[in-house]
Amino acid sequence: MVTLTIDGQKVQVEEGTTILEAARKVNVRIPTLCYLPEVQAIGACRVCLVEVEGNRNLQPACVFPASEGLVVHTNNLRVRRARKFSVEMIVSDHPMDDCLTCPRNQKCELQKLADDLGIREVKFTGEKSGGQIDDLSPSIVRDQTKCILCRRCVTVCKEVQTVSAIYTQGRGFKTRVEPAFGRSLNDVSCTLCGQCILVCPVGAITEKENIEEVWHAIFDPSKFVVIQDAPAVRAALGEEFGYPPGTLVTGKMLAAVRRLGFNRVFDTNFAADLTIIEEGSELLKRIREGGVLPMITSCSPGWIKFIEHFYPDLLPHLSTCKSPHQMLGALTKTYYAEKAGIDPRDIVVVSVMPCTAKKFECSRPEMAGSGYRDVDYVITTRELAKMIRQAGIDFAGLENGYYDDPLGEYTGAATIFGATGGVMEAALRTACEVATGKTLENLDFQAVRGLDGIKEAVVPVDGIGNVKVAVAHGLGNARKIMERIKDGTADYHFIEIMCCPGGCVSGGGQPVPVNDEIRRLRAQALYQEDKNLKIRKSHENPSIKRIYEEFLGQPLGEKSHHLLHTKYTARGRF
Amino acid sequence: MENQGCSCAPINEEDLYPKIEEIINQHRGNQNALIMVLHKAQNLFGYLPGRVQEMVSLGLGVPLSEVYGVATFYAFFSMVPKGRHEIKVCLGTACYVRGGQKIVEYLEKGLGVRVGDTTKDRRFSLNEVRCVGACSLAPAVLVNDDVYAQVDPAKVDEILVKYE
Repeated sequence: MVTLTIDGQKVQVEEGTTILEAARKVNVRIPTLCYLPEVQAIGACRVCLVEVEGNRNLQPACVFPASEGLVVHTNNLRVRRARKFSVEMIVSDHPMDDCLTCPRNQKCELQKLADDLGIREVKFTGEKSGGQIDDLSPSIVRDQTKCILCRRCVTVCKEVQTVSAIYTQGRGFKTRVEPAFGRSLNDVSCTLCGQCILVCPVGAITEKENIEEVWHAIFDPSKFVVIQDAPAVRAALGEEFGYPPGTLVTGKMLAAVRRLGFNRVFDTNFAADLTIIEEGSELLKRIREGGVLPMITSCSPGWIKFIEHFYPDLLPHLSTCKSPHQMLGALTKTYYAEKAGIDPRDIVVVSVMPCTAKKFECSRPEMAGSGYRDVDYVITTRELAKMIRQAGIDFAGLENGYYDDPLGEYTGAATIFGATGGVMEAALRTACEVATGKTLENLDFQAVRGLDGIKEAVVPVDGIGNVKVAVAHGLGNARKIMERIKDGTADYHFIEIMCCPGGCVSGGGQPVPVNDEIRRLRAQALYQEDKNLKIRKSHENPSIKRIYEEFLGQPLGEKSHHLLHTKYTARGRF
Repeated sequence: MENQGCSCAPINEEDLYPKIEEIINQHRGNQNALIMVLHKAQNLFGYLPGRVQEMVSLGLGVPLSEVYGVATFYAFFSMVPKGRHEIKVCLGTACYVRGGQKIVEYLEKGLGVRVGDTTKDRRFSLNEVRCVGACSLAPAVLVNDDVYAQVDPAKVDEILVKYE
């Protein structure tokens, strides 16, 4: 431990702690911009400058290590002047006229910083570095004119996701963050996961909004508009309305979407339960008949695009199950349309997802097994919040709403899909009971919960033996598992892979900010919902039983094959 | 410079790919060799074709975006094929104040290319450099390895005829 003095206050920290972290212990919040806890500390933006006695120059607090006897000043005239200068320089190259129309208006770190530092005029005028807008992908829009070159997106894409779709190109005033050869994100091996959106401090990377299309469908009297939401949405939407992270707002969300004018409110969770039945049957079939193992989950479209680009040889390991919201879309336009006597041509399915890659997924040509698009529009959690605000709905004041039958009933096993390890836990609950016919005493599989990058478990299942499973979240961890499959050292039966670190609760479509603490809190909310539900095993969902009786026949049957399963495409490495 | 090749014989680019493959193979999987390998590729091809950058990316295990990032960061690397002769106009402080920029403008107009580009017949490529250490000769122009002192636009044409 070392003792240092920050603004006249003594603070004791472990050696190696940065001044930035040490300052927080004495309630001093040094402003930052390029710094990103857990991911990036490079001292590039010069916003966190502090005066360290004995050092001629001001030092960046995010990388300067605390040491014994250090005396630090974080707020004097010299420091204030330097910080202001740094931010004024950044602002001078930023299109300030766009603030009112920017998707990040009022949620912009640069805006807040300029305000916090009391910047009231921009002294520097002249040429701006400019750049292009890339809106060719169905998921992500990049506006280079707004980019402040903090490199957070580059680091998250390279270090966390190991995708490196973007990098800093050129130098000096002409530096740009973009893919090689100035290509569009749509034309490179970007997984469209949107982790870059979560870390962008400004509006340089945002989701491609589909809000207007959804409003038009809602107000088109000839359309029957159905909305469904993924489990992770209810664990995070509240943050957009001032609730603390980890507040479950299922009831208010349901009331809000009904007020927006959707005709039916279904739950992606219903299809999550269905996924467990289909995927579980597929796994048992592969184990019994000597199919390709380990089998890997397929609910995460960013992960799917990753394996298609980087490990196309290993595509047979993927479960052929569509992701739950695609399944639900397909069933809405077949099973439900038939039941309700509605022409599927008039049904519009809107999915609220914590995910930007889902926008791409729903546009994949094969996602139309019924002859109609499974899902017409995907909007993110953030877009739903915008729609609720646009409609003038007082979210906090709403009474609890409800899901509609017959595609709205769900179990605790489905709701934990939103957290890393959730799909695995749900699958294990069902596999253990279905294979053995015995009732599980403890439904909580702690070994697959939490934020460890790769989690493993061995579960004895009567009649099959020891089932070896693994769970990975974040594509960097997925890559490690894939390398082990390649070299033959991954002797698992079943692997769950989620593209985003933490799973869907911190997907690219979720409210900002996201960090490990927020990941934990959102996951906790889902585990709490699971605990509170009466039915916690997918195979016990009465609506699931009914849909097999009335419509699907049996798992992996012909109808399932057409509507609930899919195929994959080997894509180029670059 | 090594491997620049004889400038009078036309180079068939296809023939160069096995050579770069060989160089990459010597450094397979070694990300630290990126700049060195790009350096050799630049000398071999006279520029860095996209296909070469993809080969380097796969061979060394460096993401393509990063290969391109390095290639666009250093002025030494070029994305367009170099001409048979490279004109470098010095725009260091001394040459700039003595009229280096006027020479650049004259050349851009005369050759019909912008700085960084190569003429259609691949005879010349035009580049700026920042100080070649010949400040007493300002403004200086280099053609290949020949240094021309106190150049003004009127002298440019008679210099260029020497290079076919």
